[in-house]
Amino acid sequence: MTTSTLGEIFKMPPVQLPDASRRLFLKISGGAGAGLILGLAAPMPGAGSRAAAAAAGTSLAPNPFVIVAPDNTVTVILKHLDKGQGAATGLATLVAEELDADHAQIRTEFAPSDPVKFKNFAFGVQGVGGSTGLSNSYEQYRTAGATARAMLVAAAARAWALPAGEITVKAGKISHASGKSATFGELAVKAAAENVPEKPALKDPKDFVYIGKQFPRVDSPVKVNGTAKFTLDHQFDGMLIAVIVRPPLFGAKVSAFDAAEAMKIKGVVTVLQVPQGVAVLADNTWAALKAKRLLKVTWDDSAAEKRGSEEIVAIYKALLDKPGIKAREQGNIEDAFKSAAKVIEADFEFPYLAHAPMEPMNCVVRFDGASADIWTGSQLQTVDHGAACAVLGLKPEAINLHTVWAGGSFGRRAVPDAHYVREACDIAKAYGKPVPIKLMWTREDDITGGWYRPIYVHRIRAGLDKDGNIIAWLHRIAGQSIMAGTAFEAMTVKNGIDETSVEGASSLPYAIANLRVDLHTEKVGVPVLWWRSVGATHTAHATEHMIDMLAKDAGKDPVAFRLELLKDKPRHAGVLKLAAEKAGWGMPLPPGKFRGVAVHESFGSYVANVADVSLRDGGTVKVERIVCAIDCGLAVNPDVVAAQMEGGIGYGLGAALKSAITLKGGVVEQTNFDGYDVMRMSEMPRIEVHIVPSAAPPTGVGEPGTPVALPAVANALFSGTGVRTLQLPMSRQAYKAKV
Amino acid sequence: MAQTITVNGEKRSIDADPETPLLWVLRDDLRLTGTKFGCGAALCGACTVHLDGEAVRSCQIQARDADGREVTTIEGVSGDIAKAVQAAWIKLDVAQCGYCQPGQVMSAIGLLSQIPKPTDDDIDKAMDGNVCRCATYHRIRAAIHEAAKAI
Repeated sequence: MTTSTLGEIFKMPPVQLPDASRRLFLKISGGAGAGLILGLAAPMPGAGSRAAAAAAGTSLAPNPFVIVAPDNTVTVILKHLDKGQGAATGLATLVAEELDADHAQIRTEFAPSDPVKFKNFAFGVQGVGGSTGLSNSYEQYRTAGATARAMLVAAAARAWALPAGEITVKAGKISHASGKSATFGELAVKAAAENVPEKPALKDPKDFVYIGKQFPRVDSPVKVNGTAKFTLDHQFDGMLIAVIVRPPLFGAKVSAFDAAEAMKIKGVVTVLQVPQGVAVLADNTWAALKAKRLLKVTWDDSAAEKRGSEEIVAIYKALLDKPGIKAREQGNIEDAFKSAAKVIEADFEFPYLAHAPMEPMNCVVRFDGASADIWTGSQLQTVDHGAACAVLGLKPEAINLHTVWAGGSFGRRAVPDAHYVREACDIAKAYGKPVPIKLMWTREDDITGGWYRPIYVHRIRAGLDKDGNIIAWLHRIAGQSIMAGTAFEAMTVKNGIDETSVEGASSLPYAIANLRVDLHTEKVGVPVLWWRSVGATHTAHATEHMIDMLAKDAGKDPVAFRLELLKDKPRHAGVLKLAAEKAGWGMPLPPGKFRGVAVHESFGSYVANVADVSLRDGGTVKVERIVCAIDCGLAVNPDVVAAQMEGGIGYGLGAALKSAITLKGGVVEQTNFDGYDVMRMSEMPRIEVHIVPSAAPPTGVGEPGTPVALPAVANALFSGTGVRTLQLPMSRQAYKAKV
Repeated sequence: MAQTITVNGEKRSIDADPETPLLWVLRDDLRLTGTKFGCGAALCGACTVHLDGEAVRSCQIQARDADGREVTTIEGVSGDIAKAVQAAWIKLDVAQCGYCQPGQVMSAIGLLSQIPKPTDDDIDKAMDGNVCRCATYHRIRAAIHEAAKAI
């Protein structure tokens, strides 16, 4: 990365705060009162041991994000959950850079819930998602580090009676040419008495020592020795374990239950009806699980969803014959299709997908009637906190929400209705005794419990002129809205279009004069949710696979065909060229290997994949290698970027190759990792990641790696077998190499 | 009926329902929470521990079957192989969410104890039962090779 490109970054404008935040919060918190947002901003006593020490004036804590302690540690307060995507390391990198701290002295601590101090500038409340973790914090956390550094320097200057301008800071050491030196810890208390600079100077990017270079993960050591504490790992004396027997059909309600057999299990304390089903409380996990199986519940399924996946797909497919609500239109497609020399059409089917993070949903609540503590891997703290207030009937300041490490999310922990926090609070309230209660979802609860990536069907119809140029493109999507009925609806559903249903399709980057994208949205009683990369999980495949079908009919090379249509899209073209070059695009392949390419932008980051694929005996798809190029603006931590691409590709490939949730008569057919098949070691391809040097502001990397491998692999299979990948996962189709 | 299990070198007496999976004995009774719950059905490997030196899924071992035996958990691993594996994991920054990694590390130690220089095929066979939803497989493979070099 050149100095001049870093120089451009330095001039990036501050992120704008959206105006809808307050309204949003009030909606989310379920009308718990207008004083809530201010109440939530009240200091949270007892949150964070180091934060508490800083509050006592024994450390340098000039802002909510950094604490320099006399023990020479620098604690970075993380406003965002780290569920694996590297937010802790990323935010720590920003502080360490401007503070000139040493990696070894950095500690991290999750921030308490506070929608003002710890808001995500992209949302206006506290929470993370949409791959915004680092992009919205870039200036804020750098400034936090620079502030602490300026105060340490001022304290050194005062102590040594030397000009501040002559004092240097490097790798956690403050020094002067005269030989005087001090650690951060030695000056922390003195520095706390210095004035807090209003606008501390940020580094000239050419002087960066960590940003854009290397800063190892801060969480690696605790994650390889078992000491990282996840929600499920919280153990308290007298704690009860709660599990819930949930309805077999979405929307069914408890009509009666018989707990006699369940209550006979030693360790079972009580069985309670809650809005979500029937909860078993026991003094150990095994007793709870055993009793759960013995509980007899009869369900009222009069209002339940009873349709299966096949029926839902059939309804959506019928809709594809009629125009939907317009998401984008340009030119005149009717006339263009009339003049087309060739028209091709393809329908695509995408199944429900479970996120299936390794740590199933869970939440610990201690509620004594007047106050509560909640421990959970909270991704949307403001939402979870507000929901807890609403259920427990407490003011925000009476609840401490402790964010802890989360065992994956992929969207699953960012729930607009905070349902599993509500469940835990409902149980605590119903039980009514002030003991900690740990609600645990089993894997079966997770796989059968909904909140899936919705089923979508797509139809793309495209026309080529006699020279093989695309002159018409009609893209129709039918599916279920993720946002409708949630607190986010007002912000994200405009004129009947849920942006998450069409993103990636309505933003098709290719220069096509006559184009229409439209949408049918159906109500289905299956709860759905964003799944890593959201709309791109389906739109990237439909669009990018179609482009290869068109390139073939036009007799053009897939990379060259795309580049011709991307003349005004330099960042798409940039990653496409880089991936093609690094993969050896155009070079002959050994027999039995096929190659495909795809490019897609999501969350402001541009990703291209070249996939090398073969078929194992019986036609099973084996992805051999993925070459990935990404343009995410300035890569703050290149190794974290690479890790997110590797993991994103693996996550996407699992869904591409074999994952699907299917319903029959409304019942989910998969229950665990046997039926819901996920990516495993032997299926993982070799992956190479290449990062485009960039001057643009940093954009997200948690999601954009996920959607591109699917169409790249499908395009490789198309080239090698002639088979179109129209039904997902690929295990539903038969591929056979062309002879 | 009480069981006596040697856990991380220490004899522990446990009074659990004899059917209780070792996983929950470790987590609930002994508060050794490094061993994770992922599926409860031996399908994900998050609960991998060593039973008499062999990598097993603790969700499938009943307390009565662990009686009188030696269990090593992530908290108690020691020796050159364990050190090399954990060091390689840190060097390559394998972990993302980290929830499955104790199980991955236990399986990797089990593999390297049996096969000091595993091939990619050996790694596939030994590690296929350990799911990582962050899909850190790419780095797990590299870290196993790295650890093998260091031993």
